[in-house]
Amino acid sequence: MKEKPVLRVVSKILIAPIMLFALYVQFHGDFGPGGGFQAGVIFASAFIIYALIYGGRASRAVAPPWVTRLCLVIGVLLYAGTGIVGMLLGGNYLNYSVLADDHHAGQHLGIMVIEFGVGMTVAAAMITIFNTFARYRND
Amino acid sequence: MSLMGFTGLVILRIRDLFGVVMLSGIYSLLGAMVYVVMDAVDVAFTEAAVGAGISTVLMLATLALTTRTERASKGLRPMPLIVVLATGGMLFYATLDMPHYGDPEAPIHRHVGPHYIEKSAEEVGPPNIVTSVLASYRGYDTLGEVFVIFTAAMGVLTIIGRVPRRQREGRKDTGGPA
Repeated sequence: MKEKPVLRVVSKILIAPIMLFALYVQFHGDFGPGGGFQAGVIFASAFIIYALIYGGRASRAVAPPWVTRLCLVIGVLLYAGTGIVGMLLGGNYLNYSVLADDHHAGQHLGIMVIEFGVGMTVAAAMITIFNTFARYRND
Repeated sequence: MSLMGFTGLVILRIRDLFGVVMLSGIYSLLGAMVYVVMDAVDVAFTEAAVGAGISTVLMLATLALTTRTERASKGLRPMPLIVVLATGGMLFYATLDMPHYGDPEAPIHRHVGPHYIEKSAEEVGPPNIVTSVLASYRGYDTLGEVFVIFTAAMGVLTIIGRVPRRQREGRKDTGGPA
Protein backbone atom coordinates (compact mmCIF):
# COMPACT_ATOMS: atom_id res chain seq x y z
CA MET A 1 0.00 0.00 0.00
CA LYS A 2 3.08 2.17 -0.25
CA GLU A 3 1.82 3.97 -3.35
CA LYS A 4 -1.28 5.41 -1.63
CA PRO A 5 -0.22 8.97 -0.66
CA VAL A 6 -3.06 9.57 1.79
CA LEU A 7 -2.29 6.43 3.78
CA ARG A 8 1.43 7.17 3.72
CA VAL A 9 1.11 10.74 4.99
CA VAL A 10 -1.56 9.98 7.59
CA SER A 11 0.35 7.03 8.96
CA LYS A 12 3.53 9.08 9.17
CA ILE A 13 1.70 11.74 11.16
CA LEU A 14 -0.07 9.23 13.39
CA ILE A 15 2.60 6.69 14.28
CA ALA A 16 4.55 8.95 16.65
CA PRO A 17 1.46 10.10 18.64
CA ILE A 18 0.26 6.48 18.84
CA MET A 19 3.53 5.44 20.45
CA LEU A 20 3.49 8.45 22.75
CA PHE A 21 -0.08 7.64 23.76
CA ALA A 22 0.97 4.06 24.47
CA LEU A 23 3.69 5.30 26.81
CA TYR A 24 1.20 7.64 28.49
CA VAL A 25 -1.24 4.77 29.02
CA GLN A 26 1.63 2.64 30.32
CA PHE A 27 2.94 5.04 32.93
CA HIS A 28 -0.31 6.76 33.81
CA GLY A 29 -2.03 3.47 34.62
CA ASP A 30 -1.72 4.13 38.36
CA PHE A 31 -3.85 7.24 38.12
CA GLY A 32 -6.31 6.63 35.31
CA PRO A 33 -7.61 3.78 33.21
CA GLY A 34 -4.93 1.83 31.44
CA GLY A 35 -1.90 -0.26 32.18
CA GLY A 36 0.52 -2.65 30.63
CA PHE A 37 -1.92 -4.72 28.58
CA GLN A 38 -3.58 -1.79 26.85
CA ALA A 39 -0.31 0.08 26.39
CA GLY A 40 1.35 -2.96 24.88
CA VAL A 41 -1.44 -3.42 22.38
CA ILE A 42 -1.39 0.27 21.40
CA PHE A 43 2.38 0.24 21.02
CA ALA A 44 2.18 -2.87 18.87
CA SER A 45 -0.52 -1.30 16.71
CA ALA A 46 1.93 1.45 15.71
CA PHE A 47 4.27 -1.24 14.34
CA ILE A 48 1.40 -3.07 12.70
CA ILE A 49 0.25 0.09 10.87
CA TYR A 50 3.80 0.59 9.67
CA ALA A 51 4.01 -3.00 8.49
CA LEU A 52 0.63 -2.81 6.74
CA ILE A 53 1.55 0.31 4.80
CA TYR A 54 5.26 -0.01 4.15
CA GLY A 55 5.40 -3.81 4.02
CA GLY A 56 6.81 -6.45 6.32
CA ARG A 57 10.36 -6.01 5.10
CA ALA A 58 10.52 -2.36 6.18
CA SER A 59 8.87 -3.18 9.49
CA ARG A 60 11.33 -5.96 10.17
CA ALA A 61 14.15 -3.54 9.53
CA VAL A 62 12.81 -1.38 12.39
CA ALA A 63 12.07 -4.25 14.76
CA PRO A 64 13.96 -7.39 13.70
CA PRO A 65 12.51 -10.72 14.88
CA TRP A 66 15.33 -11.29 17.34
CA VAL A 67 14.58 -7.96 19.05
CA THR A 68 10.87 -8.68 19.47
CA ARG A 69 11.58 -12.22 20.68
CA LEU A 70 14.09 -10.88 23.17
CA CYS A 71 11.55 -8.31 24.43
CA LEU A 72 8.97 -11.07 24.73
CA VAL A 73 11.20 -12.99 27.10
CA ILE A 74 12.57 -9.96 28.98
CA GLY A 75 9.05 -8.77 29.78
CA VAL A 76 8.07 -12.07 31.40
CA LEU A 77 11.38 -12.28 33.24
CA LEU A 78 10.98 -8.70 34.48
CA TYR A 79 7.64 -9.58 36.02
CA ALA A 80 8.72 -12.90 37.51
CA GLY A 81 12.08 -11.43 38.52
CA THR A 82 10.41 -8.61 40.48
CA GLY A 83 8.67 -11.28 42.52
CA ILE A 84 11.94 -13.05 43.18
CA VAL A 85 13.70 -9.81 44.17
CA GLY A 86 10.88 -9.30 46.68
CA MET A 87 11.54 -12.78 48.03
CA LEU A 88 15.28 -12.13 48.32
CA LEU A 89 14.56 -8.95 50.26
CA GLY A 90 12.57 -10.93 52.79
CA GLY A 91 8.96 -10.61 51.59
CA ASN A 92 6.56 -13.02 49.95
CA TYR A 93 6.70 -13.68 46.22
CA LEU A 94 5.32 -10.59 44.39
CA ASN A 95 5.13 -8.54 47.58
CA TYR A 96 6.45 -5.13 46.53
CA SER A 97 6.44 -3.44 49.92
CA VAL A 98 9.99 -4.60 50.63
CA LEU A 99 11.39 -3.16 47.40
CA ALA A 100 11.99 0.29 48.91
CA ASP A 101 12.39 1.72 52.39
CA ASP A 102 8.94 3.23 52.30
CA HIS A 103 6.05 0.80 51.99
CA HIS A 104 4.15 2.96 49.48
CA ALA A 105 7.21 3.70 47.41
CA GLY A 106 7.95 -0.03 47.25
CA GLN A 107 4.45 -0.84 46.05
CA HIS A 108 4.63 1.96 43.50
CA LEU A 109 8.00 0.81 42.19
CA GLY A 110 6.88 -2.80 42.01
CA ILE A 111 3.70 -1.98 40.12
CA MET A 112 5.61 0.27 37.74
CA VAL A 113 8.17 -2.44 36.95
CA ILE A 114 5.73 -5.29 36.50
CA GLU A 115 3.41 -3.14 34.36
CA PHE A 116 6.39 -2.33 32.20
CA GLY A 117 7.11 -6.04 31.93
CA VAL A 118 3.50 -6.70 30.97
CA GLY A 119 3.56 -3.96 28.34
CA MET A 120 6.80 -5.22 26.86
CA THR A 121 5.58 -8.81 26.61
CA VAL A 122 2.20 -7.86 25.17
CA ALA A 123 3.68 -5.51 22.57
CA ALA A 124 6.36 -7.99 21.57
CA ALA A 125 3.87 -10.85 21.43
CA MET A 126 1.48 -8.91 19.20
CA ILE A 127 4.25 -7.79 16.84
CA THR A 128 5.66 -11.32 16.71
CA ILE A 129 2.30 -12.93 16.01
CA PHE A 130 1.47 -10.37 13.32
CA ASN A 131 4.87 -10.65 11.65
CA THR A 132 4.71 -14.43 11.69
CA PHE A 133 1.27 -14.44 10.08
CA ALA A 134 2.24 -11.84 7.52
CA ARG A 135 5.48 -13.58 6.67
CA TYR A 136 4.08 -17.09 6.32
CA ARG A 137 3.05 -16.80 2.73
CA ASN A 138 4.22 -13.59 1.10
CA ASP A 139 7.91 -13.37 1.71
CA MET B 1 -27.18 -3.85 23.47
CA SER B 2 -29.83 -4.35 20.78
CA LEU B 3 -27.26 -3.15 18.24
CA MET B 4 -24.94 -5.89 19.49
CA GLY B 5 -27.65 -8.48 19.00
CA PHE B 6 -28.34 -7.17 15.50
CA THR B 7 -24.63 -7.30 14.59
CA GLY B 8 -24.46 -10.87 15.89
CA LEU B 9 -27.39 -11.91 13.69
CA VAL B 10 -25.83 -10.31 10.62
CA ILE B 11 -22.54 -12.10 11.34
CA LEU B 12 -24.49 -15.37 11.35
CA ARG B 13 -26.16 -14.65 8.04
CA ILE B 14 -23.41 -13.40 5.76
CA ARG B 15 -20.99 -15.71 3.99
CA ASP B 16 -18.26 -13.21 3.11
CA LEU B 17 -15.66 -13.66 5.85
CA PHE B 18 -14.15 -10.23 5.26
CA GLY B 19 -17.49 -8.71 6.25
CA VAL B 20 -17.66 -11.03 9.25
CA VAL B 21 -14.29 -9.79 10.50
CA MET B 22 -15.30 -6.14 10.08
CA LEU B 23 -18.61 -6.76 11.86
CA SER B 24 -16.93 -8.54 14.76
CA GLY B 25 -14.74 -5.46 15.14
CA ILE B 26 -17.90 -3.35 15.31
CA TYR B 27 -19.34 -5.84 17.80
CA SER B 28 -16.30 -5.35 20.04
CA LEU B 29 -16.59 -1.57 19.84
CA LEU B 30 -20.26 -1.80 20.84
CA GLY B 31 -19.21 -4.06 23.71
CA ALA B 32 -16.68 -1.44 24.78
CA MET B 33 -19.46 1.15 24.78
CA VAL B 34 -21.58 -1.08 27.02
CA TYR B 35 -18.65 -1.34 29.44
CA VAL B 36 -18.28 2.45 29.47
CA VAL B 37 -21.98 2.75 30.30
CA MET B 38 -21.39 0.34 33.18
CA ASP B 39 -18.48 2.52 34.40
CA ALA B 40 -15.87 -0.18 33.72
CA VAL B 41 -13.48 2.09 31.83
CA ASP B 42 -10.46 -0.19 32.14
CA VAL B 43 -12.31 -3.15 30.66
CA ALA B 44 -13.76 -0.96 27.91
CA PHE B 45 -10.27 0.24 27.05
CA THR B 46 -8.98 -3.32 26.77
CA GLU B 47 -11.98 -4.43 24.73
CA ALA B 48 -11.53 -1.56 22.28
CA ALA B 49 -7.79 -2.10 21.91
CA VAL B 50 -7.66 -5.89 21.88
CA GLY B 51 -11.10 -6.90 20.64
CA ALA B 52 -11.65 -4.25 18.01
CA GLY B 53 -8.05 -3.50 17.08
CA ILE B 54 -5.65 -6.39 17.33
CA SER B 55 -8.03 -9.31 16.82
CA THR B 56 -9.45 -7.70 13.69
CA VAL B 57 -5.97 -7.32 12.25
CA LEU B 58 -5.03 -10.87 13.20
CA MET B 59 -8.24 -12.24 11.69
CA LEU B 60 -7.48 -10.33 8.48
CA ALA B 61 -4.00 -11.84 8.46
CA THR B 62 -5.56 -15.27 8.88
CA LEU B 63 -7.96 -14.56 6.02
CA ALA B 64 -5.00 -13.70 3.84
CA LEU B 65 -3.58 -17.15 4.60
CA THR B 66 -6.84 -19.04 4.08
CA THR B 67 -9.95 -18.32 2.00
CA ARG B 68 -12.38 -15.44 2.02
CA THR B 69 -15.71 -17.19 1.69
CA GLU B 70 -17.37 -19.59 4.05
CA ARG B 71 -18.28 -23.02 2.70
CA ALA B 72 -22.05 -23.46 2.57
CA SER B 73 -23.26 -25.92 5.19
CA LYS B 74 -25.38 -28.86 4.12
CA GLY B 75 -28.90 -28.54 5.50
CA LEU B 76 -29.98 -28.27 9.11
CA ARG B 77 -28.30 -30.68 11.52
CA PRO B 78 -30.39 -31.23 14.67
CA MET B 79 -27.68 -32.32 17.13
CA PRO B 80 -25.67 -29.02 17.34
CA LEU B 81 -28.94 -27.08 17.59
CA ILE B 82 -30.09 -29.19 20.54
CA VAL B 83 -26.74 -28.79 22.32
CA VAL B 84 -26.73 -25.01 21.82
CA LEU B 85 -30.34 -24.61 22.94
CA ALA B 86 -29.80 -26.78 26.02
CA THR B 87 -26.65 -24.90 27.05
CA GLY B 88 -28.30 -21.55 26.42
CA GLY B 89 -31.35 -22.60 28.41
CA MET B 90 -29.20 -23.66 31.34
CA LEU B 91 -27.26 -20.38 31.25
CA PHE B 92 -30.52 -18.41 31.29
CA TYR B 93 -31.76 -20.55 34.17
CA ALA B 94 -28.54 -19.82 36.06
CA THR B 95 -28.97 -16.05 35.64
CA LEU B 96 -32.26 -16.28 37.58
CA ASP B 97 -30.24 -17.05 40.71
CA MET B 98 -27.77 -14.23 40.16
CA PRO B 99 -28.15 -11.02 42.17
CA HIS B 100 -29.49 -7.97 40.33
CA TYR B 101 -27.00 -5.62 38.72
CA GLY B 102 -25.87 -3.05 41.30
CA ASP B 103 -27.31 -4.97 44.26
CA PRO B 104 -25.23 -3.91 47.29
CA GLU B 105 -25.99 -7.21 49.05
CA ALA B 106 -24.53 -9.31 46.20
CA PRO B 107 -21.81 -11.74 47.39
CA ILE B 108 -19.24 -10.09 45.12
CA HIS B 109 -19.66 -6.80 47.02
CA ARG B 110 -19.40 -8.41 50.45
CA HIS B 111 -16.29 -10.56 50.17
CA VAL B 112 -12.94 -8.82 49.52
CA GLY B 113 -14.42 -5.94 47.51
CA PRO B 114 -14.99 -3.55 50.43
CA HIS B 115 -11.51 -4.28 51.76
CA TYR B 116 -9.94 -3.31 48.42
CA ILE B 117 -12.04 -0.18 48.10
CA GLU B 118 -11.42 1.06 51.63
CA LYS B 119 -7.84 -0.02 52.19
CA SER B 120 -6.14 0.06 48.78
CA ALA B 121 -5.09 3.70 49.03
CA GLU B 122 -3.47 2.97 52.37
CA GLU B 123 -2.03 -0.48 51.63
CA VAL B 124 -0.95 -0.09 48.01
CA GLY B 125 -1.12 3.57 47.06
CA PRO B 126 -2.21 4.26 43.48
CA PRO B 127 -5.48 6.18 43.14
CA ASN B 128 -6.69 3.74 40.48
CA ILE B 129 -8.00 0.79 42.47
CA VAL B 130 -8.15 -1.39 39.37
CA THR B 131 -4.39 -1.07 39.00
CA SER B 132 -3.78 -1.94 42.66
CA VAL B 133 -5.98 -5.01 42.44
CA LEU B 134 -4.51 -6.20 39.15
CA ALA B 135 -0.87 -5.59 39.90
CA SER B 136 -0.60 -5.99 43.64
CA TYR B 137 -3.45 -7.89 45.31
CA ARG B 138 -3.89 -10.18 42.33
CA GLY B 139 -0.29 -10.15 41.12
CA TYR B 140 -0.25 -13.90 40.64
CA ASP B 141 -3.23 -13.82 38.30
CA THR B 142 -1.70 -11.07 36.20
CA LEU B 143 1.55 -13.00 36.03
CA GLY B 144 -0.49 -15.93 34.75
CA GLU B 145 -2.07 -13.73 32.09
CA VAL B 146 1.34 -12.56 30.93
CA PHE B 147 2.39 -16.18 30.62
CA VAL B 148 -0.73 -16.87 28.57
CA ILE B 149 0.24 -14.11 26.11
CA PHE B 150 3.81 -15.38 26.07
CA THR B 151 2.63 -18.92 25.39
CA ALA B 152 0.36 -17.70 22.59
CA ALA B 153 3.27 -16.00 20.84
CA MET B 154 5.44 -19.08 21.38
CA GLY B 155 2.72 -21.31 19.95
CA VAL B 156 2.36 -19.20 16.81
CA LEU B 157 6.13 -19.17 16.40
CA THR B 158 6.40 -22.95 16.78
CA ILE B 159 3.58 -23.74 14.40
CA ILE B 160 4.13 -21.27 11.56
CA GLY B 161 7.25 -19.41 12.68
CA ARG B 162 9.53 -21.16 10.25
CA VAL B 163 9.38 -20.38 6.56
CA PRO B 164 7.87 -23.48 4.88
CA ARG B 165 10.41 -25.92 3.51
CA ARG B 166 8.96 -25.75 0.01
CA GLN B 167 9.59 -22.00 -0.15
CA ARG B 168 13.04 -22.25 1.32
CA GLU B 169 14.08 -24.87 -1.22
CA GLY B 170 12.52 -22.81 -3.99
CA ARG B 171 14.51 -19.80 -2.89
CA LYS B 172 17.68 -21.84 -2.76
CA ASP B 173 17.07 -23.05 -6.29
CA THR B 174 16.74 -19.55 -7.67
CA GLY B 175 19.33 -17.91 -5.45
CA GLY B 176 22.15 -20.46 -5.38
CA PRO B 177 24.81 -20.82 -8.05
CA ALA B 178 23.73 -23.21 -10.77
